[in-house]
Amino acid sequence: MQQIFNFIYKNSNRLLFLLLLGISLFLSIQSHSYHRSKIISSANFLSGGVYERINNVNEYLNLKTQNDALAQENAQLRSMLFHTKDTTAAPKLDSIKGIKPSDIIVSKVIHNSFSSQENYLTLNSGSLQGVKQDMGVINSLGIVGIIDNTSKNYSTVISILNNKSRINAKLKKSNHFGSLTWNGKSTGFVQLTDVPRLASIRKGDTIVTGGQSVIFPENINIGTIDRIKIDDQTHYYTIEVKLFNDMTNLGHVYIIKNENREEIINLEKKEEKDE
Amino acid sequence: MNSVLFVNIFRFIILLTVQIIIFNNMNFWGFISPYPYILFIILYPVNGNKSGLLAASFLLGLMMDLFSNSGGFNTAACVILAYYRPYLFKFSFGLSYEYQTIKLNDVLTPERFSFLLLSVLIHHLILFTLEAFKFTLLLDILLRTVLSTIFTLLICIIIIYLTKPNRR
Repeated sequence: MQQIFNFIYKNSNRLLFLLLLGISLFLSIQSHSYHRSKIISSANFLSGGVYERINNVNEYLNLKTQNDALAQENAQLRSMLFHTKDTTAAPKLDSIKGIKPSDIIVSKVIHNSFSSQENYLTLNSGSLQGVKQDMGVINSLGIVGIIDNTSKNYSTVISILNNKSRINAKLKKSNHFGSLTWNGKSTGFVQLTDVPRLASIRKGDTIVTGGQSVIFPENINIGTIDRIKIDDQTHYYTIEVKLFNDMTNLGHVYIIKNENREEIINLEKKEEKDE
Repeated sequence: MNSVLFVNIFRFIILLTVQIIIFNNMNFWGFISPYPYILFIILYPVNGNKSGLLAASFLLGLMMDLFSNSGGFNTAACVILAYYRPYLFKFSFGLSYEYQTIKLNDVLTPERFSFLLLSVLIHHLILFTLEAFKFTLLLDILLRTVLSTIFTLLICIIIIYLTKPNRR
């Protein structure tokens, strides 16, 4: 017994080191899984609050560009309003009972990262505003990411500039789809992989979100084709997509609530069970 | 003794705040960012309490991870750096470092520079390796480590010179 105590006392530093290293490595490895631990995320009270304070100051520096973006979006929406075929007809709701299939929550980016392999944003709305895991986040130019963790007033977003992000996307002119990933190199470009060779694609074509995703509605802008490669191993296209969004400068964003999401997921689960 | 403790607590808070507010937002060419907050571990008293340093580095790294959404990468890098600090002292200042009065917060000599360089290099290598977590990205990790080390080192030296106690 005495020897055990002596051993612990003599090696107290080494044991402490191993303990702390073990904890940190555990957190590191856990963070590489898709939905990370809730402990280490900037959606908590402390870091969310600090980031909100910092953002209150930084916001003034970007006011002009943000205003321009909002004005442009307004103009676009107005032109849509004035150029409908029949302005007296009310827009149809996409459901029998009159419930819209998706709803939108307005939010603001209070912290943005784009320098590492796995980038996350922090938004200033959380579960109190109705934000839940796996909701889509977009802005006026295109998609931004998917909600990861939420706390009461804040939430974190897996940015499309993240190794773990995989989003269903398709060509706007045809329905050939692939999955959108990021290779961690440039903040202006993402990669669309697994597009079949049958698809006729050309440089400059627009890429939009696909209809297979239960997170994003169909036909939300992503970017344009910049370069086309053919994968040596799979013989599918790998397309370099130039983003419409400047991911390094984000202000207001919209969170999309898909009302049918749970129904679709439940249905698909049932299908899997039956097989 | 108490003043040393207070200086260290003060340094901990100030470095963490400056890192989060200013240096985390610095992104040269989109992927190089300096991490001068590890100056806390580097400047910790040479003969100070070792368990204290380990615990403080763990807390420092954990706070950084909380604010930058980075799992436990900073924590692991900080704890490893804190544990191997005595060996780095031995390497840079010679075997008898414990009997000398080493002051890091002073004019740059080759010994001090080599200690700084090694500490920053080790921290960054572990940080970026854990962050990428893939061997296919090895070249990318090395490039980021080298470039970020240069920037962090530069900023560390500037901070040391700015906060160096005045002597007449």
